[in-house]
Formats: sequence, structure tokens, C-alpha cells
Amino acid sequence: MIGVITPVVLATIAFYLFQSGGQSESLLYAALGAGLMGIWSTTLFGSGGAIQWQRWQGTLELLIAAPVPFIVVLVPLTLATAAYGLVSLVSTLVWGRVLFGIQLDLVHPILFVIAVPSAVIGLGLLGLLLASTFVLYRNANALSNLLGEPVWLITGMLVPISLLPGWVAPLSWVLAPTWGIRAIRDSALGGDPLPAILMCLGLGLLYMLIAALCLRHFERLARARATLALT
Amino acid sequence: MTALRIFFIGGGISYRALFNWISPWHYIPTMLGGTLFVLLFFTYLGRYTDVEDESFFVVGNAVYISSISCVYGSIMAIANERFLGTLSPLLATPANRLALFAGRALPYIANGIVVSAYGFAMSWLLLDFDPPASSLGPLAIVVTAGVVSCTAFGMFLGSIGLRARDVFFIGNLAYYVLLLFTGANVPLDVLPGWMQTISSGLPLTHAITAAREVVAGAPFSSVAGLTGEELLVGTCYAVAAYALFRLFEIEARRRASLERV
Repeated sequence: MIGVITPVVLATIAFYLFQSGGQSESLLYAALGAGLMGIWSTTLFGSGGAIQWQRWQGTLELLIAAPVPFIVVLVPLTLATAAYGLVSLVSTLVWGRVLFGIQLDLVHPILFVIAVPSAVIGLGLLGLLLASTFVLYRNANALSNLLGEPVWLITGMLVPISLLPGWVAPLSWVLAPTWGIRAIRDSALGGDPLPAILMCLGLGLLYMLIAALCLRHFERLARARATLALT
Repeated sequence: MTALRIFFIGGGISYRALFNWISPWHYIPTMLGGTLFVLLFFTYLGRYTDVEDESFFVVGNAVYISSISCVYGSIMAIANERFLGTLSPLLATPANRLALFAGRALPYIANGIVVSAYGFAMSWLLLDFDPPASSLGPLAIVVTAGVVSCTAFGMFLGSIGLRARDVFFIGNLAYYVLLLFTGANVPLDVLPGWMQTISSGLPLTHAITAAREVVAGAPFSSVAGLTGEELLVGTCYAVAAYALFRLFEIEARRRASLERV
């Protein structure tokens, strides 16, 4: 549902709006944006759920008590949910091609193949950072309900950041999805995607470092307050 | 008198019981935070694509976001009785079924109106949305009609949830179908004919159109027809919801499958 129907509905709305606004040449732009919105939704759902489901099933304490660092358990989980989101990108591109006749002529096909996994890694590691804070926060699923649309909006997935209030731009720079969508669009529609790819991966690395620190701190707090198993 | 008590007090108690887990930590991010960003996202998308003026998107989305309560809440109000194992004792009571069923809708109608009013208020605060004061009364009536109709739609889906296995899939699907088909963001005349036909049978479609006209300065008399159509759509869903509820109750008693999840 999150992986296919949501991005396809969003893409359809965007297609109709871009077409009606006389911007038919932007349909690939819209398809790529809606696809990445889907990747973010699955990442958020998976990252919020990564801690919450373990908590509900009573396995969170066991995982944290195990000698393996908890971050080693979390990284593949959040990366996998982000990678699963690729189905969204494929869905919006196929949907756009079949129903709206979008031409999938990629300007830099090789760089596109590099940009997509870079975006997935960047988003997945942002999900890791969120998940690491959810160890302490018992209402993680409610927080993940809140973070979907704001990130869609301020990272320029469909709406250019320049259209938003000026104070949003610096905020968008520290979010990997901003660079992920820029890398994908520059490689597909023309431009230099390499700086955005590097920013995406660099931010991902930074998120992982911060997540490791957060996890250590929040784990200790959760142990001290005995809140790990509280739902 | 007993039926009225079941309708009002029973509806309130069922809401408190089914949502005993809800707290400001859940309510604010989900009902107010998420919905505000839905509104902002599509309004900015509307600005960018320049298909209609900003008011088109503000009004469409401020009415649409009420569906988070009307659709999800109403579905949970019915289907969660089964998941939480309270359906059997509920249906074992001799309570008037219509009062019991309809009373459950009230809290979601109230919530839907609050969310929609919040959407309009935040649009006035954050966006270039300044409706004439004279439009507020008619707007309240139109929004209430849309919320009532959408809640009936949610109850209909909730009744299906008495039988279906994955009721949240139905809820998620309905939420996004409404986003696309009701004209909240895409002007109805842009949609293909078959989609427009579906739109006319969905809740919120007529309310959104009426709300836009009212905000543009039209008197209530000119949108009374649209409001009536919205309520008619809602009535159809309410009747279908109650019929399904009764049908599934009778079938479940016969097959002893009330608690099957």
C-alpha cells in the first residue's frame, strides 16, 4: 500500500496538475519526485516501526541486552525498508509511462544508476537516525505520522525549495532527501549529479555517526528509567 | 429515551474506550501536525503548478483533511470492536442497534469539524487565505455536511471491516482515493469522465465544490443544492453501512464467527 498506491496517487495528482498548468515536459520530474516521496514513506514507516514493533513483541530488551551493538541490528533494517521503497520509484515511472506517455530518456543513465542507490542509502541512514531517537520515545509511530509530509515539502521532492520561505533552505540542506532527489533529477533530466551524490552519501555517514552516539546515550537513559518495554 | 441515551452517552463511552490509548502525544502529531502539512504541501504544489488560485487548494485540502478522523476513526469505531474482542458482549446486549451504531459516529464528526476548522484557521494564519466574514456561517454548514457524509462513508468501510481481514488497508486506500477523486487538488473537469462519475458518488466532492463557491462570496442559497447532494451521498453510505452491519451481525451469529480475526 505505502510502496505502490500512495506514490501512484501522488504521482497522478502531480501529473494532472503539471499537465493542466502547461508543464507537460515536467512529467518525468513529477514521476521521480513522487517515487522518492514513496521511498521516504516506506523508510519512515520502517524506521518508526523498527523500534516500536520490537517493543510490542517484547524483543527490544533482548536485542539491547545482546553483546552485538544495537546499531548493527538497526542499520540493515532501515536500509532494507528504504531499499524496499524502490518499488515506489518503479511504480511511478511505469505508471507515468503507461498512462501519461512519459518518455524515460535519461540524460546520464550510468550516473542515474549510481544516484538512485545513493539516495536510498542517504534516506535509509536518515531513517536510522530517527529510529535511534525512538528508543527513548514511546510514541514513535505518532512522530513518524508527523514527519512524512514536512520532508516531502521542504526537500523539494515536487515543489522547488526556492518557492518556500527563505528559512527553509538551510534546513533542507541537512536532509539527505534534498540531495537524493537532486542527484536523481540531475542524472535523469540533465545537470551535474556528482556533487549531490557525494552530499547524499556524506550526510548518510554523518547520520550514522550521530545515530551511534544517540543510541549509546538513549540506550543508557532507557535502561536507567526502565522504559524500554513500555508501550 | 433509552435509545437517545445509547446514542449520545454510549457513543461517547465507546469513543473513550476504543481510544483509551490516545493522548496529546498521539493526537497532536497525527490529527493536527500531519494534516497541516498535507494542506501546506498541496497548497505549495498548487502555487508551483499555477493551475488554480491558492484559495482553490486551501479550501479543498482544509475540507479534505477532516477525512483523517471521518475515515480512519469511523473504521476503527466499528472494526476495532472485533479486534479488541468486545464485539460479542456488545451484540449480546438488547440495545437498539440503530442508536448503538449511529451514536458511534458523533465523536468522529466532532473531530472532523475540529480538524477542518483548524486547517482553515492555520491557512488564514500562514497562507494568503482571507475569506469574507460573511462566508464563515455558510462555510461551517457546508463543511459539517461534508464531514457527516464522510463519516457515513467511514462507517460503511468499518462495516466491511467486520468481515475483512485487513481493515487498515481499506482505510489507507480510501484516504488516498478521496485525495485524488474529490477534486481537493485536481479540478474535477481535468479528470477523465469515468473518474468524474466516481467522484460524484464519493463524500466530500460536493462539499468541497460548495465550500469553494461560498469562500468566493456566493450566498448559501446558491450552494444549497450541492450541500443537499453531499448529504444525499452521505445518507446512501449510512444506509448501506447500517444494512451491512446488521447483515454481518446476523451472519456472524449464525456461523459463530463474531470473534474471528
